[in-house]
Amino acid sequence: MAYSQKIIDHYTQPRNVGVLDKSSPNVGTGLVGAPECGDVMRLQIEVDAETKIIRDAKFKTFGCGSAIASSSVATEWLKGRTIDEALTISNMDIVEELSLPPVKIHCSVLAEDAIKSAINDYRVKNGLPPIEQAESVAVSAR
Amino acid sequence: MLKLPIFLDHNSTTPTDPRVLEAMLPYFTQHFGNAASRNHPFGWRAEEAVDYAREQIAVLVGADEREIIFTSGATESDNLAIKGVAEMYARKGNHIVTLTTEHKAVLDTCRALEKRGIKVTYVPVESDGLVDLQKLADAVTDKTILVSVMFANNEIGVIQPIKEISAIAHAKGALFMTDATQAVGKVPVDVEEYGIDLMAFTAHKMYGPKGVGALYVRRKNPRVKVTAQMDGGGHERGMRSGTLNVPGIVGFGKACEIAKNEMVDDAIRLSRLRDKLETELLKLPETVVNGNRERRLPHTTNISFKFVEGEGLMMGMKDVAVSSGSACTSASLEPSYVLKALGLSDELGHSSIRFGLGRFTTEEEIDYAIETTTRAVNQLRELSPLWEMHLEGVDISKIEWAHH
Ligand SMILES: Cc1ncc(COP(=O)(O)O)c(C=O)c1O
Ligand code: FES
Repeated sequence: MAYSQKIIDHYTQPRNVGVLDKSSPNVGTGLVGAPECGDVMRLQIEVDAETKIIRDAKFKTFGCGSAIASSSVATEWLKGRTIDEALTISNMDIVEELSLPPVKIHCSVLAEDAIKSAINDYRVKNGLPPIEQAESVAVSAR
Repeated sequence: MLKLPIFLDHNSTTPTDPRVLEAMLPYFTQHFGNAASRNHPFGWRAEEAVDYAREQIAVLVGADEREIIFTSGATESDNLAIKGVAEMYARKGNHIVTLTTEHKAVLDTCRALEKRGIKVTYVPVESDGLVDLQKLADAVTDKTILVSVMFANNEIGVIQPIKEISAIAHAKGALFMTDATQAVGKVPVDVEEYGIDLMAFTAHKMYGPKGVGALYVRRKNPRVKVTAQMDGGGHERGMRSGTLNVPGIVGFGKACEIAKNEMVDDAIRLSRLRDKLETELLKLPETVVNGNRERRLPHTTNISFKFVEGEGLMMGMKDVAVSSGSACTSASLEPSYVLKALGLSDELGHSSIRFGLGRFTTEEEIDYAIETTTRAVNQLRELSPLWEMHLEGVDISKIEWAHH
């Protein structure tokens, strides 16, 4: 199975790799997946306190090429959206964007989980109730 | 000039040696006869070619040519040997002993037999991939009819103590079978020296064509019989019916002849290149070799690059064809059961890459592979949250990960 051009593009030139200050009240961090499962994604957002617009997004991913590309795409899409708009990003949008084959759908699910998890982290930090989400999200011990 | 992509996956298959191909070609067109046609020169010519190949193959493994049964490959040979013995010796016993790290062709055959009431003991291996002889001996009982232990492992290349294992089997009155698919043509394999009663091997792992293999079945001390698994015209002394694949068999024979002459030199050259590859890659921090490093095939190494996922890594090693024990490369999402059997964590299994060098591998290719792999590992570690945590001294095993 060959990779799509877009996966290769995001894999070879991943966008927004890096870290944001986890302890900052404006930063939400999502850490999902598990090393034993072969995939761990950390996605972070920096949110404007007034407008709730995502100013910056960063990721690091341990996983296959599709997982890396999925998280790279996710960070691109997050920037400039409000945290409510960001919630509408679905894994199927990523599947479509990257032409992921069926066996790689779970890599995109992970990216969606990471987005939701980062938003929730931000919400909880800022006294907002967490939104409902799938339970496949890591509880960070750090 | 370096030609890309580079093939470093010779445990999965090998290219057909041009000398082998040349030997095969006339048997597609000019000498196309059916080796079972007894009444005309077309048949005679084919039969002669098959006889000659059978001898070339027998010579390589120290067998008599009448002990070589042609099949479609090692998978079929494993099936024929194990199911054939289970049926033939059903009155003698109903127990088989094998290893947890065998190829699926052996494991799934055993699983199928378990459904038919045969008892199977899967002996675990130690952390270096080798079986503990005492544990193996403890598993063999009066009811054991067959001990089946692979010669060399396809994923990590470790070579089991075959002579000692066959002695254990024979002491308890069981037959000894070995899947020597990865070993024949790479390291010396002699059925007498090692006390082998049945042995599966295949042409495409030793620079022969795909789709042809053999089962060695001992004819004396003791005379071993297997119940045919394919009914038909009674070819191959009744053990395997079906018109012989004459061009394939001719190629298999030629491949064995070449291996006999070149195996030692190939092994010396390839183990030097393999060691170079390994030494250079081990300069990367948090990198380990899986399996015993002394007792193994000369052309194979299996390395885990911690905090990097295998499939992602292979994508970064563009133009270097290797394989990985990562689950992301399998349909099941489970990492390699062989690496798990060594006690490796799933995480390390996901991070493993198998390099398999071959007869046509050059030093230039190895240098390229070293450079490409090193670059890809470093790049992916920059991307890896686990690598970052590791550098910060976070114990990843202490994090409560949610499992899917
Ligand atoms: C140890 C072992 N046994 C059996 C097989 C199956 O061989 P074949 O492809 O000839 O059926 C292989 C090849 O993948 C192997 O490595
Ligand atoms: S992370 Fe395992 S297949 Fe993508």
